[in-house]
Amino acid sequence: MDALSLLWWIPALPFLGAAVNGLLVRNGQKGLVTFVGLAAPGASMLLGLTAIWQYATGLAPEPLRQAVYSWTVGEMSIDVAFRLDPLSAVMTFVVTVVGFLIHVYSVGYMGREEGYRRYFSFLNLFMGAMLLLVLGSNFLVMFVGWEGVGLCSYLLIGYYFDQEFPPEAGKKAFVVNRIGDFAFLVGMLALFASFGTLEFGEITERVLAAPEIAKAPYVFGLSLAGFVTLCLFIGAMGKSAQIPLYVWLPDAMAGPTPVSALIHAATMVTAGVYMVVRTNVLYQLAPEISLFVAGIGAATAIFAATIGLAQNDIKKVLAYSTVSQLGYMFLAAGVGAYVAAIFHLATHAFFKALLFLGSGSVIHAMGGEQDMQKMGGLRKHLPLTYPTYLIATLAIAGIPPLAGFFSKDEILAGAFAGHHHLIWGVGILTAGLTACYMFRSVYLTFHGSFRGSHEQEHHLHESPKVMTVPLVLLALGAVTAGWIGIPTGLWEMAGFADHNVLHHFLSPVIATLPGVDTGHHLSHSTELLLMLVSVAVALGGWLVAKRLWGGERGLAADRTFAERLPFVQRLLANKYYVDELYDRVIVRPLAGLARGCWKIVDTLLIDGALHVGAFVTELTGDLGRFSTTGNIRNYALYFFAGVLLLFWWMIF
Amino acid sequence: MSVPISWYLLLAAALFAIGAIGALTRRNGIAIFLSIELMLNAANLTLAAYSRLLGDRAGQMVVFFVLAVAAAEAAVGLALFIGIFRLRRTIDVNRINLLRW
Amino acid sequence: MSTSFLDLLLGDTITRFVFFPTVAGLPLLLMRRAPAATVKIYALVVSLVELALIGLFVVGRWGSTGALLARDAVLPWIDLAPLSVVYEVGLDGISLPLVLLTGLLLPIVLLGSWNGIDKHWGGYAFSMLLLTTGILGALVALDLFVFYVFWEVMLIPMYLIIGIWGAERRIYAAVKFFLFTMAGSLLMLIGILWLGWTYGRLTGVWSFRYEDLLRLELPIDQQLWLFGAFAIAFAIKVPMFPVHTWLPDAHVEAPTGGSVILAGILLKLGTYGFLRFALPLFPHAADRLTPWLLALALVGIVYGALVAWVQVDMKKLVAYSSIAHLGFVMLGIMACDLVAWQGALIQMVNHGLSTGALFLLVGMLYERRHTKKFEDFGGLAKPMPWFATVLVFSTLASVGLPALNGFVGEFMILVGTFKAGWRWFAALSTVGVVLAAIYLLKMLQQTIWGPITREENESVPDLGLREALTLAPLCVLMLWIGVAPKPFLEPSRPALAALLEDYRSRCAEPAPDEPLLAPARVSAGSPTFAAGVVDQEAGR
Repeated sequence: MDALSLLWWIPALPFLGAAVNGLLVRNGQKGLVTFVGLAAPGASMLLGLTAIWQYATGLAPEPLRQAVYSWTVGEMSIDVAFRLDPLSAVMTFVVTVVGFLIHVYSVGYMGREEGYRRYFSFLNLFMGAMLLLVLGSNFLVMFVGWEGVGLCSYLLIGYYFDQEFPPEAGKKAFVVNRIGDFAFLVGMLALFASFGTLEFGEITERVLAAPEIAKAPYVFGLSLAGFVTLCLFIGAMGKSAQIPLYVWLPDAMAGPTPVSALIHAATMVTAGVYMVVRTNVLYQLAPEISLFVAGIGAATAIFAATIGLAQNDIKKVLAYSTVSQLGYMFLAAGVGAYVAAIFHLATHAFFKALLFLGSGSVIHAMGGEQDMQKMGGLRKHLPLTYPTYLIATLAIAGIPPLAGFFSKDEILAGAFAGHHHLIWGVGILTAGLTACYMFRSVYLTFHGSFRGSHEQEHHLHESPKVMTVPLVLLALGAVTAGWIGIPTGLWEMAGFADHNVLHHFLSPVIATLPGVDTGHHLSHSTELLLMLVSVAVALGGWLVAKRLWGGERGLAADRTFAERLPFVQRLLANKYYVDELYDRVIVRPLAGLARGCWKIVDTLLIDGALHVGAFVTELTGDLGRFSTTGNIRNYALYFFAGVLLLFWWMIF
Repeated sequence: MSVPISWYLLLAAALFAIGAIGALTRRNGIAIFLSIELMLNAANLTLAAYSRLLGDRAGQMVVFFVLAVAAAEAAVGLALFIGIFRLRRTIDVNRINLLRW
Repeated sequence: MSTSFLDLLLGDTITRFVFFPTVAGLPLLLMRRAPAATVKIYALVVSLVELALIGLFVVGRWGSTGALLARDAVLPWIDLAPLSVVYEVGLDGISLPLVLLTGLLLPIVLLGSWNGIDKHWGGYAFSMLLLTTGILGALVALDLFVFYVFWEVMLIPMYLIIGIWGAERRIYAAVKFFLFTMAGSLLMLIGILWLGWTYGRLTGVWSFRYEDLLRLELPIDQQLWLFGAFAIAFAIKVPMFPVHTWLPDAHVEAPTGGSVILAGILLKLGTYGFLRFALPLFPHAADRLTPWLLALALVGIVYGALVAWVQVDMKKLVAYSSIAHLGFVMLGIMACDLVAWQGALIQMVNHGLSTGALFLLVGMLYERRHTKKFEDFGGLAKPMPWFATVLVFSTLASVGLPALNGFVGEFMILVGTFKAGWRWFAALSTVGVVLAAIYLLKMLQQTIWGPITREENESVPDLGLREALTLAPLCVLMLWIGVAPKPFLEPSRPALAALLEDYRSRCAEPAPDEPLLAPARVSAGSPTFAAGVVDQEAGR
């Protein structure tokens, strides 16, 4: 089978599944729903993996482009085309594999839901859109996927539509994403106006051929590359939940847990990172924007990590952790460590999906309870969930040799090598915090004694196989995913040939520009030292968490903290009051303006002027009316007066 | 020796003035009609006088037209007043003010 | 060879499908005593035949370049030397999409009004059919006098539809609609007369033919006045800020079918007028006023969106969203770029589809609950899953979600505007894209999502078969245009390209000091029609 020629089927299959489940199948046919819902992404995964295998083992390393049909022609000619290159291969791998596992998990998790069919229809739709996003060969196809995943996110966050909050959260997600999309759109316009194409390949080629065009001043003292990258990055901020547009992600946890795992942790939110890496040639030409990206990434990383420390909802902790880890990825992309960004994206997809699914298993066991204050000691009851959750925690904390260690280490090494020492410092601090709050969640959930009601305790049970098998498989990924990117330095120190597979695979995607320095030039000893520092910090974070929340201590530390520093505690628990701030500063004034436009400009000024005109006309008529007495002799008199006037005028 | 034109004109003017004042002051519809006839005939007189003076018969022809129109008008008008009288039991124009605002 | 009007009416012509609805609709006026079902079915059949007539006419007439070009034989109408008014109609790529949209919406509107209209169904249907004649006539008119007549013909049935079959404040809304439109069209009439008179002064024969008038080269001050007169007439119809306030009232009061036709097609006559008449006839004036009109379009986009956001009435929200959407169309037209023009044209169709669907949905909801206020809804997705699905779908199309139709138009307009050098206008108008999400999602939030707060909403029936049939063609087209817009864009491209080329070349020359008559442009083609191949014998 030549999977490469079937490339477009990879996104098409899930769309097909969504259509079949959405339009043809009926609510009662649960077996059929499950079959279609799993077969579509499953087939897509198999096809994707085959295609990647064929591509990676193929002789030609250049990107494969497959045009399906032309969307428009003429002056603006854009094809609906797909592109398989190392970058999209990595993304496709992550999306299809993690996505499929989460689909399987969903069969168990959502099994008793009324909207089972709707759920699978949307989830398949999401897979299709996400694959469109990563496989698209130009910005337009990418944008279609980009907005498509946003739509699915909206629909799935609002899955429990008959409650008050979830649809609101979905709306917030969509709107905040749209703010980013608007910038993305402007960036696309600028690119198209300058290059006349939206194809990734062509744009890269043209920029490489003539970097001075991209460096030419454009607006605001920014170069073309600077303007475009800024716009694109604002788009990424929305999708990937970076400061200041991260506010939607924590609220997005209102959706079902597998959705949080798939969309709001593993795949969709990383689209921004993918886009930045995809356009790395432009970012490399805009160092000031790259620095901005790194700065925003670092700030988001530490900011979200501090909030994560004070959250009690298990999913909220993971949500802020996601925001923080995404910050890491942008930090990497900003300092020029593009491969590291994608590396962390891939490993993060595995362990974060695992964490979310684990938390889903916990919530399932607790009968819908998400508050960690009511948990504790669950490790006895959840013999499979606990170890997998622990593995994921170790991975995210950066304990070797699990996946997170290698990717995080590479990011920090990249920052250090680029002489961004402040950013490196923030990164290392965040690593410590990450370990701390993640282990806090482990201790509060699984250790100590149970703090919930008797009824809940009685009800505790491990999840069915259909849910635990994906956990185990993801745990396998969380352990091993990092091994594809073991740093070159380590191989060399150990005396082996360089087996940093990921670097070799991805290097064609990273443009090399004359005069732009991207290489890491760290000596082996520095590299080793950095590794030791980051491991030490991670272990430190773990130890702190153990001291504060480990064993039977439970929530005592939190209470002490709240007593000692009530202000800080409230600030963290309320997420720095950012939502409230946005509401006061943006939403309400805008609504006020809108109301002003309506009531004052429309009703008062425009219609008012109109009504004044109408009133004057009516008044004139009213006044004139009094002359029509209805008395025939008055009319005769007017007539005579008129005749006399006429005579007078004629004679004199 | 014929009657000078000014005499005709004075008589016509007098008739017209009487008719006009009558039309404006009388309240009885029929009386108003009579007044209007007076005015029309004043015009007729002027036409006939000038016709003779200028030796042009066109003026006399117009007189016939006016007579015919006046007759038609009187017929329609009287019919209207009869109709109104049947409805309102009066032909006092002060009280027939249906056209008021 | 002399052709009579009757020949045209009976032949395979544009005239036939223009006048067919009215002629075939006349019996409706005599069917006072007939059972309601007979009247309805008769009207529906007439509308379907009309759709078929348009379809058949269009199918057979594709030029070798992929462009469609057809015109009827020219008939003398008023021939009092020196005045010469002719009846001349033609169809090209610019009018084609709107003609097709009109044909499509007519049966949908009648089907959608099936139960909503409870009195004088025959009169209502006849008004609709007469309105269709007016719209189609205005779209195909190639003589400004004829255009004006059809333009006014549109006014009266719409006035009646709002005034007779509307809601409580229908009289206010109908009069407001009438006065606004009338004020504008009188200005346009003066402009048309001025043009005819000027032509007469130069040649000795007054003419209102589009192609004749295109040859007029006017001094800039005259152009500005005349452009102003036309622009105000069209801007009121679009409607552009600040002459838009008739629209929300008209929409809220109009019956469902009236709203659909009003938003779906009537408004497009304004933008069509800019593209067909105002810009080509007065290029220098248009060129000079472009920034101002772009600014007004931008204000319309943002303003309409903002005001839509705070509405408490579902229909009013959709009405204000029309202002924002038409703002995009105006932006595209004034940008004077081929891509933008293509986008604007397709966006006119898109808006007709998605807003048409939204108005139909609001109407269906109104039939069930007799209210349009958001506070009375909430949680409707539970009792009405299919309704909710279609509402979400249409809303997303309206929001401009990629892969649905709204995006195609918006994207092309933005690309064209940006490319034409109006970067700031393009960039700022994307704010409208964000705001669109805000107000339309608010609409979803308050109608279908959330818990059910009112008892009446618990058992609202879902869409019936008739309603599904009404909405299905719209939904299919929304998806089709969004996924593969090429076949919808191609037919208009040659016409638009010719128009643009002509516009640009005329702008490049300075305006003369005295009115001049340029030679007829046979080779370059006065926009779109005189391009050599003229299907004079289409009627044979």
